[in-house]
This record gives sequence, C-alpha cells and structure tokens, in this order.
Amino acid sequence: MSIFAEILVSALLVIGGIFGLVGSYGLVKLPDQMTRLHAPTKAATLGVGGILLASVAWFGFFGEHSSWHELLIALFLFMTAPITGLMIAKAHMHLSWRAEELPDSGEDRNWATYGDSAERSLLDKGTDDEGTERDLRE
Amino acid sequence: MIGYALYFAFICFGLGLLFCLYRVVFAPGVSDRVLALDTMTVNMIALVALFGILHDTTMYFEIMLLFAMVGFVSTVAYAKFILRGDVIE
Repeated sequence: MSIFAEILVSALLVIGGIFGLVGSYGLVKLPDQMTRLHAPTKAATLGVGGILLASVAWFGFFGEHSSWHELLIALFLFMTAPITGLMIAKAHMHLSWRAEELPDSGEDRNWATYGDSAERSLLDKGTDDEGTERDLRE
Repeated sequence: MIGYALYFAFICFGLGLLFCLYRVVFAPGVSDRVLALDTMTVNMIALVALFGILHDTTMYFEIMLLFAMVGFVSTVAYAKFILRGDVIE
C-alpha cells in the first residue's frame, strides 16, 4: 500500500514538474505572441494542477490529517487560466492589428471584439505610441 | 523516492521561473510581459505547494490562495488597462 502511494505521489510530482517546465520553456522558445499564449495557459496550468494533486495525495497518505484545500486552488486556476489567456490575446490583437487586416469572419458583421460597441483597435486612435508594438514585432 | 521527485519538481519550476524572468526582461511587446508575469505567479503557486510538502505543513495554503487571486486580478486589470487605458470606468 505504501509503495503504491509513493509511486502515485512521485509520478504526479514528476509529471507536474515536466509540464510546468515545458510550459515556461514554451514562453521563451515559441516564435510569436499568439503561439506563445498557448504554452503558459495550458501546459503550465496543467503542471500546477499535477503538483496540487500530488500535495493532496501526499497529505492524504502520509500527513497527520488529509487536506483537500489544494483542490480549491486547482479549480480556481483551471477556471481563471482561459480568462487571462483571452484577455491577453484581446489586448495583443488590439495593439497589433486593425479590423481590416484580420481574416474574414464569414458573416456580414465583423469580429465581435472589433464591433461597434466594443473597443476599437488602438492603432486607429492615432496616439503617440502608434505602431510601437508593431515595430517591436518585426 | 518522493524526496527525489520533490527535488526534481523544485528544479523544474525553478528553471521555469528563470525562463519567465528572461521573457519579462527581454519581451518583444507589453502583452508578452504581462503573460510572463502571470506565468510567474502560477509557477510560484507550484513552488509554495512543493514547499508545503517538503516541510509537512498545510500552513502555506493561504499563501497559495492569495497568489492565485492576486495574480489573476492583476493580470486581468493590466490587460484591461492596455485595452481601454483605464481599469475601472
């Protein structure tokens, strides 16, 4: 029984560590911003989930009393990671592209984030920092 | 066996923090920097959880919860600030 618990906790720790490392390495390695969004919001979140599960299993098998608190944090992270990814992707789109430069949405209205009531592209405002993000990107 | 796995996970997330730090310093755009900072908070949560296992204590739970909430709120606030030039309108 104890050896199986050890193997379970160790496997969760190693898998979580590898996923976390891959997620953070993808942030450095991948070529542009939109692909770089994938690595931390998916792989790193899964890695942290593995570590938190390992923590729950460790306290359940070896601790004085079991603790399920970590599942709360894992749930919170799994709920919030897509929202952060979406917000950062939106910010990047509005910094880098005008509505005309995007591919066709396939309907008679434009993409929702560039709609009438939503934010216009920051490039259209003609502020002082126009094109800084684009210059850096090239 | 758990000891070795624990130190392996420590090394992985430590290296991950270093990669994120590199991306914070040498970022091509401001949204990239925000993403790297968000990943740093996620990696810190994992490190604190590992610290809790190492020291056999559940005391660090509140730290993890605070890291998760503050990290999420600050990332969304910063993305909102880039989008609108204002956080609360």
